[in-house]
Amino acid sequence: MDKIDKIERRQFLKIGLYTTAGIMMGSLFAFSKTDREILYKSPEDLSKFDWGFLVDTTRCIGCGACVRACKVENNVPDSYFRTWVERYEIDINGKVRVDSPNGAMDSFKDDNFNEAEIVKAFFVPKLCNHCYDSACTQVCPVGATYDSPDGVVLIDKDRCVGCGYCVQACPYGCRYIDHEKGVADKCTLCYHRIQRGEAPACVNACPRAARIFGNLKDPESKIRKILNLRRYGTLKPDLGTNPKCYYIGLDMEVK
Amino acid sequence: MQTPDSFVFPNELHVTWTVMIVLYPYITGMVAGAFIVSSFYHVFGMEKLKPIAKFALVSSLAFLCFATVPLLNHLGRPDRAFNIMVTPNFNSAMSGFGFVYLFYMTIVVLEIWFSYRAELINKYLRSKGIVKQIYRFIILGNTTVNDSTIVYDRKIVTFLAAFGIPVACVLHGYVGFLFGSIKANLWWSTPLMFIIFIFSAIVSGLAVLIFLYQFVHWIRRKTVNQESYELMAKWLWGFMIIAVVLELMEVLSISYENTERWEVLQLLINGKLKISYVYLQIFVFSLGPFLILSATSLIKSMPIKLKNFLIWLSSGMLLIQVLLMRWNVVIGGQLVSKSMRGFTEYFPGYFDKEGLLVSFGIILVPFILLMLFDKLFPFFEKPWEAK
Repeated sequence: MDKIDKIERRQFLKIGLYTTAGIMMGSLFAFSKTDREILYKSPEDLSKFDWGFLVDTTRCIGCGACVRACKVENNVPDSYFRTWVERYEIDINGKVRVDSPNGAMDSFKDDNFNEAEIVKAFFVPKLCNHCYDSACTQVCPVGATYDSPDGVVLIDKDRCVGCGYCVQACPYGCRYIDHEKGVADKCTLCYHRIQRGEAPACVNACPRAARIFGNLKDPESKIRKILNLRRYGTLKPDLGTNPKCYYIGLDMEVK
Repeated sequence: MQTPDSFVFPNELHVTWTVMIVLYPYITGMVAGAFIVSSFYHVFGMEKLKPIAKFALVSSLAFLCFATVPLLNHLGRPDRAFNIMVTPNFNSAMSGFGFVYLFYMTIVVLEIWFSYRAELINKYLRSKGIVKQIYRFIILGNTTVNDSTIVYDRKIVTFLAAFGIPVACVLHGYVGFLFGSIKANLWWSTPLMFIIFIFSAIVSGLAVLIFLYQFVHWIRRKTVNQESYELMAKWLWGFMIIAVVLELMEVLSISYENTERWEVLQLLINGKLKISYVYLQIFVFSLGPFLILSATSLIKSMPIKLKNFLIWLSSGMLLIQVLLMRWNVVIGGQLVSKSMRGFTEYFPGYFDKEGLLVSFGIILVPFILLMLFDKLFPFFEKPWEAK
């Protein structure tokens, strides 16, 4: 009885050992393969692109889907926003009232202002303008903010010291300090997505196609074609930042 | 707060630059101001300021040692602070900070070393034990003192003091430039900002020296050198007039231009900054010291005790005035929304990491350091002279 036990135990250990080794070797092969190949693009390849953004304010319905999509996609900290939607209401006396409750995360539920008849109302989505001459890139003391070869203003979070000078310099209020990481943060045009040929999360989420994204260097791109056709404006053009986020139907009240 | 008539961008609900950034220009202002005062004697040969020249120089170092503390406390990643010198982006107004700071520190340390060298050697020769070794380390083992080394030391001190004036102006004017060059901020963006900062620095430097000079002498039950004390009071009077007038002229010109900018800023001045700017900074702590210093400078028959007290009082008031000015600039500018449609709110909190308790600590520490420095480099002793 004892002998059999010993053999069985040995057998059991042997089988156990082989099985474990087999699983380990197998998993090494199984998990080392990714379903997506990592794309390395040279600066020359990247410089064929100049990513631009177009917001058709006449189409926006203020549903806030873009804000929610951005929050989820980019893990944006609470009470900070990479994109938000503003609501403008002008009443019969010409009085202008603007709001953006929680960045329009939960859309616009109530009409906050109802003492007078509202004659005009519209929504304006906002995001980083990825300016050609961005003030934030200029002021970053350590060179953590930079322009990518394909025209996106990005932050090197391994280099940022979190001084907040860029937050002060951005005229559009698009930057904030992520207090958990201690570094500056803002919209990247979903750089991780656009490198895979996908649209930014907010563009994807917009049910009214109010947000259009594309390559400004490509004459056949949708954004280029619309810009060639329609009249548009940019925010605070007097500051010389040359924003790359264009607005159709921009009102003088929008700043 | 969002009211029907006010709107701030969602990211602006939090003020980015806290009271720590108020303290930084305040402390560097005293650094630059005190240094410039010491140079009045060393470079421009104002013999009347001799009793205070060394004190001014050492005070400058004491404040300089702690000027970066509020900045480090504020940085999101203080562990990367040296990136500013390792990978500087010279397009940024801020990138030169580390270099300017270090350069200025070197000048101040060298100047102190050369102006105290003879005294320190004397102390080294007279002391015993560990203290002797400390002095030996400070004088770098060189014990040669004679007439020609003293002349040589003085020459170097004069050169460093002269060279240090533009560097001190750069150090502090530069802080003003950091704010003045932010085109996105309505309250900051003005080329006059760095000039205002330099003059307010001299005011705070003079004020802190007068304040401490009198205070230390009261505690030690000694009398101040009346001539140099009154001279400093007159300088303070003059410089505070220039600083305040410059600041008011700036506001006047914005209001007269009457652009959209004034539409927003007048709401700021009459609203959020009404108490801290209009009532406190301008009326109480600028107009008050101006009237007091006018009286002490112009009324010849005033009893000396009263005069000295009034000068001391106004120097204390001007120290508060400059602190208020820093607050109103740094915090005031951030209260204005870039949407031009409203104002955000700020209160530092009492016990927060960047709160009021920490702030008081940071302001107090340089004064304690100054007390320690007095043990090493006595300010008010008669300088030891070679026989």
